[in-house]
Amino acid sequence: MASDATTRAKKPRAPKPQRRSAPPLDNYIGSRKPWLNTTRRRSLTGWGFLIPAALLIALMSFVPMIQAFFLSLQTGRGTRLEFADPLWYNYQRLLSDEIFKLTLQNTFIYLIIQVPLMLVLALILANLLNNPNLKFKGLWRTAIFLPCAVSLVSYSLVFRTLFATDGFVNDMLGGIGLIGGPINWLGQAETARFVIILGLLWRWTGYNMVFYLAALQNVDYSSIEAARMDGANSFQTFWYVTVPQLKPMIVLTAIMSTNGTLQLFDESWALTKGGPAYQTMSMSHYLYEVSFQKNPNFGYAAAISYVILILVAVLALIQMKVGDKRD
Amino acid sequence: MIKKLRALPGYAFLTVWALFSVFPLYFMVVSSTNTSQQVLSSSMLPGTALFDNVAKLFATQDVVGAMTSSFLIAIGTTVLALLVCSIAGYGFEVYHSRGKDLLMAVLLLAMMIPFAATMIPLFQLFARVGMVNSLWAVIIPMISTPFLILLFRQASRSFPHEILEAARIDGLSELSIYARIYVPTMRATFAAAAVITFMTAWNNFLWPKVILVNNSVLTMPMLTANLSAGYVTDYGVLMLAVLLSSLPTMIVFLVLQRQFAQGITGAIK
Repeated sequence: MASDATTRAKKPRAPKPQRRSAPPLDNYIGSRKPWLNTTRRRSLTGWGFLIPAALLIALMSFVPMIQAFFLSLQTGRGTRLEFADPLWYNYQRLLSDEIFKLTLQNTFIYLIIQVPLMLVLALILANLLNNPNLKFKGLWRTAIFLPCAVSLVSYSLVFRTLFATDGFVNDMLGGIGLIGGPINWLGQAETARFVIILGLLWRWTGYNMVFYLAALQNVDYSSIEAARMDGANSFQTFWYVTVPQLKPMIVLTAIMSTNGTLQLFDESWALTKGGPAYQTMSMSHYLYEVSFQKNPNFGYAAAISYVILILVAVLALIQMKVGDKRD
Repeated sequence: MIKKLRALPGYAFLTVWALFSVFPLYFMVVSSTNTSQQVLSSSMLPGTALFDNVAKLFATQDVVGAMTSSFLIAIGTTVLALLVCSIAGYGFEVYHSRGKDLLMAVLLLAMMIPFAATMIPLFQLFARVGMVNSLWAVIIPMISTPFLILLFRQASRSFPHEILEAARIDGLSELSIYARIYVPTMRATFAAAAVITFMTAWNNFLWPKVILVNNSVLTMPMLTANLSAGYVTDYGVLMLAVLLSSLPTMIVFLVLQRQFAQGITGAIK
């Protein structure tokens, strides 16, 4: 106790802030509290407006993200977790996990084929819809955007029904004589992946088109007309005049789509159920399986989630760099 | 004539894509009125089995319960997200300072965090506070998104500062400027944000599936997914469930379509 008192006494007292110079005059005018002047009060109000949103993002995104990292260093079943030895054990395990490698490969197949194809199609559609002479504009726009209103699970089940062995697609293709017998679309790796990619194109092309259409509103239409006057054909005008002006939006949609594809879950779950034999399963689907089915392993699942996190970050960075390059 | 011919490939492409877009929806609507047998024999005409399918679906599944949960989640998320994100976007733009710009940059980083990477700790968090199977646990993580904050901040750029000053001189408090002037002026942005949030919240599948365990509380997407999980699928009933779970988002989109387009355009100027 005594020593406590002495240390407290010895502790240098923080010097009280002393105002040497007189505070700005306007602090005293029209305000009784000089510290809380109008500017300060407004700035504080501003912070007050931000705090709920910022706190929620911190608690629901940043904190769990950090927790997931520590989780990824732990092993054990259920709630009994302890730090692994070596710490990177879960990551080491990933390297020899054939199913994980397969889901990684599947996700990349979707990413590499579907995202560029979808963005090009969306650009073409937006460009066609932007033509002021086009008739029935509202009709086209509504029809093309409508798939975005359908939930991922719903459309996955519609596609599952359409591509069933005894479903509509086989009936139609058989009916016009294109195929001899029914194709087992969802029972073979290649065709099942094709159906997933087709589904993704159906669901998301219109969504991206809306972003391009919005961006096109800010592109000077006279620049397009000028190029046409100078004798450029529609492809040249599109490629050399329109596309460069849409570059920031193209980068944004590319990042959003990459992000979405890397997190693909619903289609893998409802359309193909990951099958046949994991051949179409996405990384997020596998993550779910590891976390909540059979023997839940949160540590290992967290390691998988960190692979997704790093892939998202790296690909976004690359896309931003490519988008920044002047040519 | 030549001009018209040149426009032909464009129209052809639009027609093909529009048909491709609408066909699965048509199939869904028509199939919900057909028996499972008719669906598989690719009947493309409306049938008479609609009431049978309705009876079967409601007898085997708690559709009313799932609809209620889905609506509570979607409306709750939309109202709270619009409130929290619009006031934040407004705050970032109107009261902007170096500190706030820095905070915005940090929040934007959260856009890069995939949900998969936060899912397990979030599940543990809500389990710890006893909120498994609670609709709040579905809603809370979806309220504040960097995307919406960014949308509102960008749109606020066009909010005239003269109005702000005039309102201040008239003695309106900062909060009532937001509530009584900003909110009505930015109606299109709010519509766009509402469409996006309602659809995302209604269609969300993974997180509700994680936090609503053992099928004790179901959302519409969960209910439809369960329908196809059995060994024998009644395709007519399945397509009816799919249709029911798609109708609300389609109606919201069709009603707010124009404002949605305006709102997105306003935000990316």
